[in-house]
Amino acid sequence: MEFSSQSLYAIIITAVSALVLLLVSLFHVAYLTYAERKIIARIQQRLGPNRVGPRGILQPIADVLKLIHKEDIIPSGVDRPVFAIAPLVSLVCAGTGLALIPLWQNFVLSNFNVGLLFILALSSLSAYGVILSGWASNSRYALLGGLRASAQVISYEIAMSLSLLSVVLMAGSFNLQDIVKAQLESPYKVYLIPQIIAFFIFWVSALAETNRVPFDLPEAETELVAGYFVEYSGIRFALFYLAEYFGMVVMSALAVTCFLGGYAGPFEIPGIPFFWFLIKLYFLLFIYIWIRATLPRYRYDQLMGLGWKILIPLGLVNLFMTALLKLLL
Amino acid sequence: MGLSLVEVNSKQRGASSFDEPFYINMGPQHPSTHGVLRLFLELDGETIINCDPKIGYLHRGVEKLAETLNYNQTIVLSDRLDYIASCANNTAFCLAFEKLFGLQVPRRARILRTIVNEMARISSHLLWLATHALDIGAMTVFLYCFRDREWLLNIFEKICGARLTHSYVRVGGVRQDFTLEIIEDLYKFTEVFPERVLEYETLIDVNRIWLERTKNIAVVSAEEAISLGLTGPVLRGSGVPYDVRKFRPYDAYDEVEFEVPIGKNGDVYDRYRVRMEELRQSNKIIRQCLEKLSETEGEPVLPENAPDLLIPERVREPEPKPHPKKGFIFTGKEVPVVPPGEAFASIESPKGELAVYVVSDGTNKPWRLRIRTPSFVHISALPELAKGHMIADLIAIIGTLDVVLGDSDR
Repeated sequence: MEFSSQSLYAIIITAVSALVLLLVSLFHVAYLTYAERKIIARIQQRLGPNRVGPRGILQPIADVLKLIHKEDIIPSGVDRPVFAIAPLVSLVCAGTGLALIPLWQNFVLSNFNVGLLFILALSSLSAYGVILSGWASNSRYALLGGLRASAQVISYEIAMSLSLLSVVLMAGSFNLQDIVKAQLESPYKVYLIPQIIAFFIFWVSALAETNRVPFDLPEAETELVAGYFVEYSGIRFALFYLAEYFGMVVMSALAVTCFLGGYAGPFEIPGIPFFWFLIKLYFLLFIYIWIRATLPRYRYDQLMGLGWKILIPLGLVNLFMTALLKLLL
Repeated sequence: MGLSLVEVNSKQRGASSFDEPFYINMGPQHPSTHGVLRLFLELDGETIINCDPKIGYLHRGVEKLAETLNYNQTIVLSDRLDYIASCANNTAFCLAFEKLFGLQVPRRARILRTIVNEMARISSHLLWLATHALDIGAMTVFLYCFRDREWLLNIFEKICGARLTHSYVRVGGVRQDFTLEIIEDLYKFTEVFPERVLEYETLIDVNRIWLERTKNIAVVSAEEAISLGLTGPVLRGSGVPYDVRKFRPYDAYDEVEFEVPIGKNGDVYDRYRVRMEELRQSNKIIRQCLEKLSETEGEPVLPENAPDLLIPERVREPEPKPHPKKGFIFTGKEVPVVPPGEAFASIESPKGELAVYVVSDGTNKPWRLRIRTPSFVHISALPELAKGHMIADLIAIIGTLDVVLGDSDR
């Protein structure tokens, strides 16, 4: 195997851009926590973080510093290697999906043909982080959290795949770049209009996939204390949080790409390349936070009922109708 | 105290779908056991086979301690029972003592007591709604309720200087009259509060998830509720219209008009509805009492015929002399001796029926003081209610019983 200077050049470019993307998204994730706290505080008529820096703007940085300085407690009786690996599994699986999202025309870190499948696979894998941590913690609360997570992710995975399959049918490709282009060429410009049901299914499943309210059963604070990461502390604990917020960003970005026309907007704004993509992304993230401030939590069996009895049949019907229309038109 | 792990295991073997049930220890340090309740759960998956409450983590020996204090000093202990609504406890104690002494409470003092009792009910129900909603996952209701509870606590602070442990109700009456500012504040509060109740209801009452989490959970029929000894909103949620305020009116409750809301199905949702309706009724009672206050302007709030009982010793002896050995002690007269006898009084506290039974042997201290607290009885009903439900429901059930551990452990 020989390295031409050209391929070496390509590798370096990819590595550098991956690093840049990672840093930018880390920044986003850090400030997503800040935004969440501020927005929820606003909804709940309180102030939110306002001590560190002007209006608490440096709060995420302070949080990270604090968590790094915390003692890393490994309880006795845990399965050490698994306990150590679990948060990393969560984080890597949640974060890698960003590499496949087309942020701009021809601006995607890894443009390959089954990108959508890859993202789905990653989000399934991220459940391993939760299950492993629950299992390895040697704690009953954590175990219950892990079990809840595995059941939840498996059932909602199907609904989410069904909703995305309708999009694939419409676009005729698994490549996310092509899906965006197909949307722009279609008469609707965004797939949200013909695929509103699919979008609904996708969004509900995305809430469940990322363990957010009203599907935050695995970490139900008032039932299982903190669920699967109850035994974690310090930076390992922070990694789980990072994974959750990365998950939110990836799911929102996927929704933007598949349903909201990706990077395209109603008109061009010169000089600000990612403007429309970011606007849509922030809007969806805001909805994530808004839902969290509004809704109570489902019960375990009700959650399964919603997934299997409503979302999956609805997804199947939607997929069938999409295929039928595609055939007829 | 319950069975050991091995005993429970062998006893319940074959009852679940798996050979070995799953044991979990919930509390005393758990976010939704409302204090220091500890539950020993036997689970099949997430379904509760058995639930064994363990109490006593907040036991302070209030009943025994009361035997060493004179009657006025006991009021301070009563604050620490159900610390969410301490005025209700004060009232129960005072009613029993007044019966024992044969004291007549002035009308204005009775109206003032009714007001603070209903304020305590509102603040207790607000805290209940806040934590109940938070347990089920609705975080915003929690903070909305605390916003309004804060308002009430500020009024309490103006009334008696304390926010939680009021000791405002005294034997024979109340500590002091309301100032004009307090009455204005209360008028403002009662004006706005019905809108606020509506606001909480719009947040959760029509929410599908909330309905699914509360309807048909922990259903108690009227007969069951009576035989379990449940009282208060929990009993009324099952359709039994029993309210001490109506059945044995005390203070000024016979002068005011209010309804006793009752439920139909006796599930978590009905009990929630009953309490929400009680918030409105309490508001109505306060409103009526405020109007009655203007009729009794200037009347005394403590009876004059029993000054020895009411004035603290320190006031009578302005210069307490330091004791050479024991340091600083009161040298004033002791509270006079009360005739031997016994008395019983019960009130409708926010949590349920709170009863006090006091026996005097002729000295200045109670010979025996027995308190029947609603939380203790409600916790004992918990295993019955929780059986067959899921962990998530257990949280809702603890919330719906509205237990305060200070009340149950005493």
